[in-house]
Amino acid sequence: MTETARALWSLGGIVLAVLSLAAGLIWVERRLLAVWQERYGPNRVGPLGLGQVLADTVKLLFKEDWIPPFADRPVFVLAPTIVMITVLTSFAVVPVAPGIGVVDLNVGVLFVLAMSSLGAYSVVLAGWSSNSKYSLLGGLRAASQMISYEVFMGLALMGVVVLAGSFDLRRIVEAQRDGWFCGPQLLGLVAFLVAGLAETHRLPFDLPEAESELVAGFHSEYSGMKFGMFFVGEYLGVILISALTTTLFFGGWLGPWLPPVVWLLLKTFVLIAFFVLCRATLPRPRFDQLTGYAWKWLLPLTLVNLAVTGAIRLALEGP
Amino acid sequence: MISLLRSFWRVLRHTFAPRDTVQYPEERRRLAARWRGRIILSRDPDGEERCVGCYLCAAACPVDCIALQATEDEHGRRYPEFFRINFSRCILCGFCEEACPTYAIQLTPDFEMGETRRENLIYEKEDLLIDGPGKYPGYNFYRVAGLAIGGKDKGEARCEAPPVDVRKLMP
Repeated sequence: MTETARALWSLGGIVLAVLSLAAGLIWVERRLLAVWQERYGPNRVGPLGLGQVLADTVKLLFKEDWIPPFADRPVFVLAPTIVMITVLTSFAVVPVAPGIGVVDLNVGVLFVLAMSSLGAYSVVLAGWSSNSKYSLLGGLRAASQMISYEVFMGLALMGVVVLAGSFDLRRIVEAQRDGWFCGPQLLGLVAFLVAGLAETHRLPFDLPEAESELVAGFHSEYSGMKFGMFFVGEYLGVILISALTTTLFFGGWLGPWLPPVVWLLLKTFVLIAFFVLCRATLPRPRFDQLTGYAWKWLLPLTLVNLAVTGAIRLALEGP
Repeated sequence: MISLLRSFWRVLRHTFAPRDTVQYPEERRRLAARWRGRIILSRDPDGEERCVGCYLCAAACPVDCIALQATEDEHGRRYPEFFRINFSRCILCGFCEEACPTYAIQLTPDFEMGETRRENLIYEKEDLLIDGPGKYPGYNFYRVAGLAIGGKDKGEARCEAPPVDVRKLMP
C-alpha cells in the first residue's frame, strides 16, 4: 500500500510539476531570448509578465479547434497526443531525488530512448495526416532527422552506461558520487546535447517546423488545443532532455548544502537556458547537412568514445 | 567548432547590454518637429483662419480623405464653410501640407489617435482648428498676398508696390 501510494503521489506530483513547468517555460524562453536580443519580452501581464503564461493558456483553450476537411481525421486527432504521452511517460523513470520518482526501471535509459523514438511518430503522422504540402515536407524532414540523430543518441549514452555499469538511472546518479560523468564523457555529452536538440525539434534543428520556410511545418494545419499539445510537448521534451542530461552527465540530484530536488531543478534550468541560448545563437542547417553531420562525424565519434571508454574500464577493473 | 563557441560567447555578452526597447506608454521617444502625425488647421498671427478654401489639399490627397466647402465672408476673405478629414482613411503622407499655399494645414508630432468607434475618427473643422500659427509663427497670407479684402486694399500688402495707374502708363 505505502509503496503504491508513494508512487502515485510521485506520479501526480511529477505530472503536475512538469506540466506547469512546461507552461512556465514559454515565459522563461521568451524572457531569456529577449535578454539576449536586448529586449524585455513579455513584461506587461502580471508581475514580470508572469501572467502571460495564464493568458496564453486561456487563449489556446478558447480557440476554435478546427480540423481541416481534407485532413485524415483520426490520425490528425491522434498525432498531438502521441508526443504528450511519450514525453510524459519518459518522465516516469527520471529520478527526481532519493525516494522521489515514479518507477525505478533497471532498463531506464533504454526506456527513455524507446519513448523518445516513438515521439517522432507524432510529428511524422501530423505532417502526413494534415494533407498539406508544408506539413508533409515537415513530416518528411522529421523522419529524415529521426534517422540521423537516433542512432548516435543511443550510442552517446552507452559510455555513461559502461562507466556506471547499469541502465538504471538511479544507479547512474549514485555512480557519479565521486565525479560527474560530464568530464570523462565529454564527447558523449556533446553528442547527446546535439541529439537532444534534434530530438525536441528545437532550434537550430527545428527542420520539421522551419517557420521561415514551411509556414509552421508539421503543425501548419493545427489550431487550438491540438496545437497547444505540440507546443507543450515540445517544452516537455526540452525539460525531459535537460533533466536527462543532468541525470546522466551532471550528477542528477547530487550536490552539497541544498536539498536534492533543488539541485536537480537548478541544473535542469541551466541546461534549459543553454537550449534557449542555442536558439538565440545558431542558424538552422539544411536537412542533408544535419544527416551528413550526424552520420559522418557524430556516429563515428560516439563509437570511438564507446570503444575507448570500454577499453579503459576493462584495463582498469578487468573483465 | 571554434566559431560556434565564439557565437555563443558573443550572444552571452548581450546579457549585460542595455536594452533597446522604449517602454512606450511610460517612457516616450522625442518626436521630431516635422513628424507627420495628426493634422491640424492653423491660424495666422491675427487669430484668423489661414485656410482659404482652395481645395489644393483635397486634390493632392491620395486617399481622398479631405472634404471641404469654400465660402466667403463680408470682407471678401475666403474660408472653409466646413472642413472634414476622415482619419480612418488618412495615411499621414503630408501631401496636403506640401500642397497648401497658406501654411494652413499642418501635420503635428502626435500619433495617438486610437478610437474604438470609426465615426470618432472623422474630424470636423472645430476639431482640427488650433489657436496658434503652428510651425510658421510670422506668416499671414493676406498680409503678403496682393488680394484686396476688407481693411486692406491693393498695394497695401507687405513689400507690395502701389498699383500702377494704367492711364498714366502712356509711352
